[in-house]
Amino acid sequence: MNAREKEFTSSSGGGPGGAADAGERNLAPATVSPHAPAGSRPAVGSPHIHESARAQVAGRATYVDDMTELKGTLHAAPILSPVAHGRLRGVDPKAALDLPGVRGVVLAGDIPGDPVLATFVHDEPIFALDTVEHVGQVIGLVVADSALAARRAARQVRLDIEPLPALLDVRAAHAARSYVLPPVTVRRGEPEAALAASPHRLCGQLEVGGQEHFYLEGQVAYAIPLEQGQWHIHSSTQHPGEVQHWVAHALHLENSAVTVECRRMGGGFGGKETQAGHMAVWAALAARKLGRPVKLRLDRDDDFMITGKRHPFAYDWEVGFDDIGRITALKMAMLANCGFSADLSGPVADRAIFHSDNAYFLSDVEIASYRCKTNVQSHTAFRGFGGPQGVVAIEAIIGDIARHLGLDPLAVRQRNFYGVGERDVTHYQMKVEDNILEPLVNTLARSCGYAERRQRIAQWNADSPVVKRGLALTPVKFGISFTATFFNQAGALVHVFTDGSVQLNHGGTEMGQGLHTKIMQVVADELGVPFERVRVTATETGKVPNASATAASAGTDLNGRAAQYAARNIRDNLAAFVAGLDGCGAGAVRLRRGEVISPKATRSFDEVVKLAYANRIQLWSDGFYRTPKIHYDKVTLTGRPFYYFSYGAACSEVAIDTLTGESRVLAVDILHDVGTSINPAIDVGQIEGGFIQGMGWLTCEQLVWNEQGVLTTHAPSTYKIPATGDLPTRLAVALWPEANREDNVGGSKAVGEPPFMLAISVWEAIREAVAAAGGDASRLVAPATPEHVLRALGGVG
Amino acid sequence: MEANTIRFIRRGELVTLGNVPPDRTLLDLLREDLGCTGTKEGCGEGDCGACTVVLAEPEGGRLRFRAINSCIRLAHSIDGMALWTVEDLAGPDGSLHPAQESLVQAHGSQCGFCTPGFVMSLFGMYQNHVVRGEPITRERAQAELSGNLCRCTGYRPILDAATRMAEFPAVPVDEAALLERLSALAPQVPSTGYLAPTRLADLLALRAEHPQAQLVAGCTDAGLWITKLHRQYPRVLDVTRVQELRRIDPWHPGPDQPAGLAIGAAVTLADAFDALVAQRPQLQTFAERFAGLPVRNSGTLGGNIANGSPIGDSMPLLIALGARLVLASARGEREVALEDFYTGYRQTVLAADEVVARIEVPGPAEGEFLRAYKISKRYDDDISAVCLVVQLGLSDGHVARARIGAGGVAATPVRARQAEAQLAGRPWTEEAAHAAADALRAEFSPISDMRASAAYRRQVLGNLMRRLWLESQGVRGINLESFRIEEVTE
Repeated sequence: MNAREKEFTSSSGGGPGGAADAGERNLAPATVSPHAPAGSRPAVGSPHIHESARAQVAGRATYVDDMTELKGTLHAAPILSPVAHGRLRGVDPKAALDLPGVRGVVLAGDIPGDPVLATFVHDEPIFALDTVEHVGQVIGLVVADSALAARRAARQVRLDIEPLPALLDVRAAHAARSYVLPPVTVRRGEPEAALAASPHRLCGQLEVGGQEHFYLEGQVAYAIPLEQGQWHIHSSTQHPGEVQHWVAHALHLENSAVTVECRRMGGGFGGKETQAGHMAVWAALAARKLGRPVKLRLDRDDDFMITGKRHPFAYDWEVGFDDIGRITALKMAMLANCGFSADLSGPVADRAIFHSDNAYFLSDVEIASYRCKTNVQSHTAFRGFGGPQGVVAIEAIIGDIARHLGLDPLAVRQRNFYGVGERDVTHYQMKVEDNILEPLVNTLARSCGYAERRQRIAQWNADSPVVKRGLALTPVKFGISFTATFFNQAGALVHVFTDGSVQLNHGGTEMGQGLHTKIMQVVADELGVPFERVRVTATETGKVPNASATAASAGTDLNGRAAQYAARNIRDNLAAFVAGLDGCGAGAVRLRRGEVISPKATRSFDEVVKLAYANRIQLWSDGFYRTPKIHYDKVTLTGRPFYYFSYGAACSEVAIDTLTGESRVLAVDILHDVGTSINPAIDVGQIEGGFIQGMGWLTCEQLVWNEQGVLTTHAPSTYKIPATGDLPTRLAVALWPEANREDNVGGSKAVGEPPFMLAISVWEAIREAVAAAGGDASRLVAPATPEHVLRALGGVG
Repeated sequence: MEANTIRFIRRGELVTLGNVPPDRTLLDLLREDLGCTGTKEGCGEGDCGACTVVLAEPEGGRLRFRAINSCIRLAHSIDGMALWTVEDLAGPDGSLHPAQESLVQAHGSQCGFCTPGFVMSLFGMYQNHVVRGEPITRERAQAELSGNLCRCTGYRPILDAATRMAEFPAVPVDEAALLERLSALAPQVPSTGYLAPTRLADLLALRAEHPQAQLVAGCTDAGLWITKLHRQYPRVLDVTRVQELRRIDPWHPGPDQPAGLAIGAAVTLADAFDALVAQRPQLQTFAERFAGLPVRNSGTLGGNIANGSPIGDSMPLLIALGARLVLASARGEREVALEDFYTGYRQTVLAADEVVARIEVPGPAEGEFLRAYKISKRYDDDISAVCLVVQLGLSDGHVARARIGAGGVAATPVRARQAEAQLAGRPWTEEAAHAAADALRAEFSPISDMRASAAYRRQVLGNLMRRLWLESQGVRGINLESFRIEEVTE
């Protein structure tokens, strides 16, 4: 067994770990050598530290706002609508322009190109035109010598807005047929007839809140006009290509006139997929008008007010099931609160449909999806991209079925799992070919002691007057690939220089997820050089063009393969060259451990590179990859949208306080499938981080809009993401030891989004605890704030 | 020397900066004036910790290290101190400090934007604990890092890094040399814009002379008026250097009464809570849940009281403890009960020429039963939806005294006199607790806002009285804080 096949586990506490022999396999990350001794083993499979970690801890990693500013740089700040819906009758900037340091104001009339961004539905004005549609909508910019001067002045701009009725509630929007996109329905079988024939039926409603990304680095862009109508944009973005297109669109330029660069983001989570484009467009418009470089860095409060969040959802559902809890029919309406424009709401709501089965076979089913238009921020991509909103609904329904029948919810879950060779086609007509749900969930249930703990907790609850505990084990099955099939392509460049050092560039962006590190490992192995010989450079539209967003968890799958192919071309060139020298076949030449080995001679990689250069052999290459097998019909939402599925399961134990509704997550055991891990430390980091973020979504993170449509949780003082004290006493993570059954880079699987949904185990555990306390679990609204829990307990009059 | 000069020691060197506006924040000074962009701005309001830096100043003959939020700290306030930012820890050869190396080895940085703040909080912990031979447990790390937010890692690797710093070769600060450098700094030339007197008499004279000057202490609230409300302050009066206000002294209210504490208004929240917890250990978790450590290290108890916010957690506690404020002006001193200090939302009885000088807190008397409850969406570093502190004097099954402070239920922190009246002088029974709970619910008209609805607040006020009753009867396991891993896994 080599390092790549070894199961990697991480545990933050004592007690039962993720596996029976956890002691032996408990590779606590800090005890692992960060650098494999050069050449001693392949880079892929090693827990290499993040390529920027040493710079980050020393304050030497540069983010957009840290760059040395060019002479004459000005700073912009947005002018925000204070009204949720209204007719914009006038903008009077005089008071702002009179302030010291203010250089100008930029409004819709200053846009040389199309004033409406056209990527999706052509419904999102760059600056509000004649109407405002949410509190925080950007009407224009003030440009000044400093960010503070610009922000101060932006508040002095006088706005004449005639208020109009605002739709703030998703159910009200649905009732008014207020949609950003037409409804979509996916249907299989005869759900009405199946419901009528079902031995048991339940119906209900569910409300699940949105989520602010709270990337630690706020949105920022720096636009620099160059000579001859060209532009260079530094953007903290997950999608440099789209920033390029948007800037060109707004400035009425060809795409080739705009170069966008991103070395790293201080967190993205989907919030810098489309949203980052707005900063860049605004900064570029200001730079064009003022003829100077312009930086736009949003104040955190403005970031909350302007940018979209995870879509809040509401559901109406009716389910039929038999005596053992097996679902016989499901009808569900999903109401996505999209905010004022479409943005990515179509594909987000689609993915919610695709994941409303989660791990379960639904024979007769109808999912109706409504993309409701409301007068709030335009909600957008966020880790999971609608998947969590699909999964949480079906998990809640199954929990309710189990409690209704008095059965163990895990048993009911298992009875509904997709089968192998039967009951294996999703409601969107994709065959589940790589199903590992049963063995994975059984392994976790055994290792975490689910059955015994469930029994012990029931006994404990019977004697506990105030605190009640709950335990839940929930699975995740998450489809990997962009549902928009054409996004599933990627390019990369690998340069080998004459000294044997390697430079890597690819279309993916680094937001902390370790993408660069993993791809450096892949390239190092492909060229047979130590990890340390490979450097990565900033993602740039001028190097690898037309790159897709780094999103959908697919960054490594796509860009890693593209980079592997680029490196493979160079390897092949070198092998052919050495084969010529040594009179052997190219297939007999191997590159590893920094050496090039033929049957006749062993030379250092550097020596071969020098020789090859002197003999005019190409030492750099591009690589291109497109995901095979995928296709789907955008109208009927059927086909094979996903290349494969990632699986996982988590068991969470919680306690609730029935006097106050407060809750605590006590212990979490996770078993997650990343295929063959390229970097187990990074993968465990994604799993833990995704889990805690998902826990925040369902517990402490609450977005509150008041009756005027003002987001009153507009800063970390009022919007609470998990802090150190929220980490469960035990958080044990183990990796499922099996390669991806589809041909994917290094045998790995995507890891960015799927672990987020493991946190739904926390939500279900809280509902178990509510039920144990005699409350009505089905009444619980997410997030499970103290108030929401106390209400479900019937404790708030 | 130029006007408005700041001097501090960084990387062993004296840094002197002239013409710094009085309302310049330390973060803007670092990032914009000095081009030191290692320190990040995450929120501009002291809630995320990305901007954390460490200060040291002489205190009691040794160096006192404090991690603070630079985004809401005024640059002038660090005059005469030593400063470390994330750029200052690595050795000249690039070797990383244990606070950094431990974080690297534990895979504690992902996007890296919160990382400089965590590094500096870890550095503060290193100097305050590791160098002194104190272990950093996971619990200590959780408590002291609660003011630093990370959105990527889920914290497990960061806590691992904290607990493992001591395993790396030691890199302590040469405290003796630094103390010498700091004490050798010549006295500051009085500034015109940033007034930072060191004696109470001078403070009171300046207060009378400049009633328009913005009075500041740790600036953990006033800093937001600059970063978020964009206010400008041409003249600032800083109370934190006044020696008389920096002391915690025993306080003897009278014969037959237990010794209490007289806490100077410029004592940091961290030090004030330490002193209160030393007298009443049951306040430990309540103290740790007050903001994050960087805020407690800057903010002062006097500042928390004087700015009159209805949501501070120290006031309900101090009201329940029967604290009195000593207000001082050039005209003299006067005392006022804390609950009588507030006249309305952010309104107090403080006169234009007056400052809060100290807080007198009675000590625990025989039979004291004290509980402090805080309800918030997040356990750490959150503002209370409801804060309730109840102090009962129990004697022979009777309530001899009852003092109840409440927060989050009115426009000011308040004393729950009607609930107190249901208890004082009566037998301590379940019925009495029930009556007090009903009285608490009836006594206030809380508002509904983003933290909680009025109905929830009212309900929970009474429910907390129920908990108090159960706890007074020795019922265990009725509080989430009492959970330990053994109970979870066994």
